[in-house]
Amino acid sequence: MTTLAAIRPDSVNFPLFLHVLGAMILVGGLTASAGLVGFARDEARLLRFGYWSLVAVSLPGWILMRVGAEWVYSREGWDDLPSGFDYPTWLDLGRIVADAGGVVLLVSLIVGAVGLRRLGQGKGTRLLRVTLILSVLLLVAYVVAVWAMAGKPS
Amino acid sequence: MSLDDWVLALHVVSAFALVAGLVFFWVLVVAVRKADTPEETLRLGAPNQLAGACVGIGAVGTLALGLWLAFSVGNYSVWDGWIVAALVLWVVAMALGSRTNAAFSQGAKKAQELRAAGQNAPSAELLALNRTASGVALQALTSLAVLLALLDMIFKPGA
Repeated sequence: MTTLAAIRPDSVNFPLFLHVLGAMILVGGLTASAGLVGFARDEARLLRFGYWSLVAVSLPGWILMRVGAEWVYSREGWDDLPSGFDYPTWLDLGRIVADAGGVVLLVSLIVGAVGLRRLGQGKGTRLLRVTLILSVLLLVAYVVAVWAMAGKPS
Repeated sequence: MSLDDWVLALHVVSAFALVAGLVFFWVLVVAVRKADTPEETLRLGAPNQLAGACVGIGAVGTLALGLWLAFSVGNYSVWDGWIVAALVLWVVAMALGSRTNAAFSQGAKKAQELRAAGQNAPSAELLALNRTASGVALQALTSLAVLLALLDMIFKPGA
């Protein structure tokens, strides 16, 4: 695998950089959101910052990661392979986690937006706590995906 | 997966922890800009420690596992230009990060002093310390060093 990495075509480097940078920003936003909401103890200001970390950091990170991934996929010729080709596990895992994670992130953003609205109306912080759980779940999934994409089992 | 594959995977996970901590610090830099009371300032202490832990784990992991790979993988040598560049950037990022931490710690120290004196009202002096321009500049330089290290790791110039 390391040998393969060493002979990676130069044309893949920039898309790969965008993919990795986006993924790092995504993970950073999720960590910040989980950390702020987790330590907020019902303080509205920290809960708001936790939610906005998802909106302003994680979401752009996810978009950059996903655009970079498609670019790498195309540059490496994965999209030229015949149907029925047995794709490596790390690639399948990365795609599934990225796409399913995007859906969970979207759900988290919607739930958090409703939670912020309820917070403003004095109706509690339960929904914002849900975003904390979703952020932690996403973090675990993305760490597994990073491990798989970097170590390339199979 | 071979041992080197595992080490590479954990090296990359460490890099993610390092950058995640750095991104978290950026969120805290923005959050503390509106904190003008001791309570609001000190509330960010626990998240700050978590961000610091991410950076610490990431920094140690990237360095230790990166050096392992440099010595273990046949294609690479620790004296390769891109590896030397990465090591230099790591040292620069850590030095800048340490100074960034010192710049933002002044606000936290002031907040502790004010609270110990029983002053919990908004303070213009505390707000000014929390909005430290040099701290923001140092954080930007730290981020730039880490970004250059990431570019170096992916492009591997000269490899």
